[in-house]
Amino acid sequence: MQALDLARWQFAITTVYHFFFVPLTLGLALLVAIMETIYVRTGDESYKRMTQFWGKLFVINFAMGVVTGIVQEFQFGMNWSTYSRFVGDIFGAPLAIEALLAFYLESTFIGLWIFGWDKLPKRTHLATIWVVAIGSNISALWILIANSFMQEPVGFVIRNGRAQMTNFFALLTNPNLLVQFPHVFFSGVLTGSFFVLGISAYHLARKRTTDTTLFRRSLKLGMVTALVAGIMVALVGHTQGQHMVATQPMKMAAAEALYNSEDPASFSLFTIGNPSGSQEVFSIRVPDLLSLLAFNSFSGKVQGINDLQAQYVKQYGPGNYIPPVPLIYWTFRIMVGTGVLMILLALWGMIGVMRKRIETQRRFLWLLVPAIALPFIANSSGWLMTELGRQPWIVNGLLKTSDAVSPTVNAGMVLFSLIAFTLIYGALMAVDVFLMVRFAKVAPVAEADAENNGQIAPESAVAEVY
Amino acid sequence: MDLNTLWFILITVLFSGFFFLEGFDYGVGIVLPFLGKNDAERRQIISSIGPFWDGNEVWLLTAGGAMFAAFPNWYATLFSGFYLALVVMLLALITRGVAFEFRSKIAEPRWRNFWDWAICISSFVPALLWGVALVNILEGVPIDRNMNYLGTFLELLNPYALLGGVTAVALFTVHGTLFLAMKTEGPVFERASALAKRLWLPLVGLLTLIVGFGYLQTDVFTRLGVNPGVAPIMAGMAALFSGWLITERRFAWAFGLMGTTIVLSTVTVFLGMFPRVLISSINPNYSLTIYNASSSPYTLGVMTIVALVFVPIVLGYQIWNYYVFRARVTRVAAHEG
Ligand code: HDD
Ligand code: HEM
Ligand code: HEM
Repeated sequence: MQALDLARWQFAITTVYHFFFVPLTLGLALLVAIMETIYVRTGDESYKRMTQFWGKLFVINFAMGVVTGIVQEFQFGMNWSTYSRFVGDIFGAPLAIEALLAFYLESTFIGLWIFGWDKLPKRTHLATIWVVAIGSNISALWILIANSFMQEPVGFVIRNGRAQMTNFFALLTNPNLLVQFPHVFFSGVLTGSFFVLGISAYHLARKRTTDTTLFRRSLKLGMVTALVAGIMVALVGHTQGQHMVATQPMKMAAAEALYNSEDPASFSLFTIGNPSGSQEVFSIRVPDLLSLLAFNSFSGKVQGINDLQAQYVKQYGPGNYIPPVPLIYWTFRIMVGTGVLMILLALWGMIGVMRKRIETQRRFLWLLVPAIALPFIANSSGWLMTELGRQPWIVNGLLKTSDAVSPTVNAGMVLFSLIAFTLIYGALMAVDVFLMVRFAKVAPVAEADAENNGQIAPESAVAEVY
Repeated sequence: MDLNTLWFILITVLFSGFFFLEGFDYGVGIVLPFLGKNDAERRQIISSIGPFWDGNEVWLLTAGGAMFAAFPNWYATLFSGFYLALVVMLLALITRGVAFEFRSKIAEPRWRNFWDWAICISSFVPALLWGVALVNILEGVPIDRNMNYLGTFLELLNPYALLGGVTAVALFTVHGTLFLAMKTEGPVFERASALAKRLWLPLVGLLTLIVGFGYLQTDVFTRLGVNPGVAPIMAGMAALFSGWLITERRFAWAFGLMGTTIVLSTVTVFLGMFPRVLISSINPNYSLTIYNASSSPYTLGVMTIVALVFVPIVLGYQIWNYYVFRARVTRVAAHEG
């Protein structure tokens, strides 16, 4: 394999891996902050235990998010130096601002939160977790500003063969950002919610814990946030799809495996293309639905892959402008499919919660445990489709991925780093899952003065980190 | 002063802050398995940097981000050029970050011992590599007319650079040991203060050597005008004075002065480069400078405003963080958290 392909694999693996932990941080920080808020307002010790139980899991996940993020910070320079030179004028700014505004906040205040239980007044301590939650989302905002520029370049001119910033505010109000950030924010909340739901359901279903109140309340909270976030993700996603038709029609055509333009366009439920990906062989389609999704109307022309290819050859010169259709088609379906499934689960659970019979629905509770995987699958699929659908461009319409790679980093070097990162990430994933499962399974004991049960002190478990 | 110079200064400040702060937590990591004889003591040692190390590391991330934003060519050439070295450093930083988090989670002695050694090695490696990198940057590296690095990984490991690496390790170790002497009590405190005393003289020896080599191998000191320059002289004086304070057992002051040595050494390196940011050993005209490596004036302007507003805020709450956790970490307290 060439250095280019290896560098792409490395980037894909390390970013997808980083984004396993990121959405959980985004969502769980918010949920833990809400829990502690209730504790401070009511003084109810059960909420303190709840905050600490979820806080412990949050901290493990957070550490993984941090260490995987460090690699990302340098990878643009390491593997994509031509890219970094080309867009550095624009792209570096949000990255630097992210570090200055968000990373300092997160990393300083998470320390204050973990170690500050006995050192800070209650309200100040509460404030620290809110700062962490807000800081994480500020971080998401700035990195998405950078990513949005790659999807939809705005506020720049090309001068001396480089993109130069001409309007900072255009970057901040990038139309792509306005749909992307809410989608990522709510997918984070959804991820946190399903995490809380799955673990709470496990404890309620097993009935081994003496602290059912903790998990009943967690389940309720998670159910509400899951339902709201699920619906919002879908609504925003729909708007995003419409935006995509307008700005990245090739991505939409690939996501729908729509080879020839249609008006009104049908929606594909299932399509098999020929191996070269230029034609469909078999498909099941719902008439008019795609036009409806794209334009909120039963008519409207959705451009097909072949027409777009012809158009881009005219515009950008000869070349292949078709992204890997099957991957995009299926990742899109997986994301939307798991999204719909999660909404249904949250709806069903909500009804159970409102009728106060959720705890007796053992089978449903057990179903929520493997459902923890759903948002993670959806997140990875979502990014894969967003990033793969932009190919062959690294910056849409301006720079091709194949022209962006570092010229001096050869295949052997990338192979070394790819193997090294993959191995260490694999090992860390094993340890992370092991610890998560172990801590998630330990049921906190209801009495505040309970004895230290084995290795894990239930009461000040968060405070006692080292 | 133009914005290019201002950003060069800002990046110097970020790296100085990074080496000062992360320097002591690398040092604490390096001595962890040696100064902590049992689990309670090791917990005490880790607790002394627990609330700080992540915030310290962000100084590096910000420095990297600032290089990308203000001097994209510097960012691109440096990190693609030092590729393998950076990969090794990243592997160490990954290990280090999770090791702090994972070690406490299971009480099994073998588990804890494993992560303690992981912390030690993954603190040692970046310390060494930073020293190696800084010396190479000073000596100049093969950079062609297209700003690409033509050398190999092994070229980076030349004798002078390795001496730089060892010196950095020694400097950070003493700095970290002094931090422990300042922040802990009991046996750990006793051992830390004794170790600092023992390591001080070898450190001064290394520093002298590296300056000597510096005259022979680089143009840094001669370029600084006042020969050999104010910053390195003060750095050396701070290191000497720090030794006296160690014998007087005034560890907080000794720590501060050792930090001053670190900061002024960093400043020396950056001043020695200025206005270049990467020196080409092939042809001086191929060197990257604060002008040919920089972003547009517009971007620099935007970033300047952002930095002027937010840097003071960040400094404010980082100082508050150190204030909240100002108390000495005792063995008992570390035990209870
Ligand atoms: C939508 C959200 C999002 C996305 C797309 C990314 N990240 Fe991230 N990142 C976060 C959201 C986040 C976070 C939630 O803020 C994290 C995860 C856990 C944490 O500690 O902060 C984080 C951590 C994190 C850190 C460690 C910060 C610290 O030490 O506190 C760095 C350096 C990066 N990220 C850099 C990147 C880069 C260069 C990305 C682009 C490829 C990237 N992240 C994608
Ligand atoms: C965290 C969520 C993200 C995920 C899961 C993700 C995933 C991916 C994947 C799978 C690719 C590979 C595409 C290919 O090689 O064909 C890619 C490419 C790329 N993405 Fe992202 N991405 C994410 C966020 C970002 C962000 C926020 C940025 C910029 C700020 C970014 C910048 C890039 C760059 C520069 C490439 C080109 C390298 C390449 O093609 O492999 N990505 N991304
Ligand atoms: C339920 C219906 C959903 C729809 C209609 C939808 C729609 C979309 C669309 C159109 C994009 C691509 C945007 C672009 O490339 O310009 C996208 C991306 C993405 N989706 Fe979804 N989505 C849905 C559900 C979900 C769920 C449930 C999750 C995760 C829990 C999720 C996570 C993501 C992520 C992480 C991205 C990549 C970031 C981005 O471009 O915003 N999506 N989604």
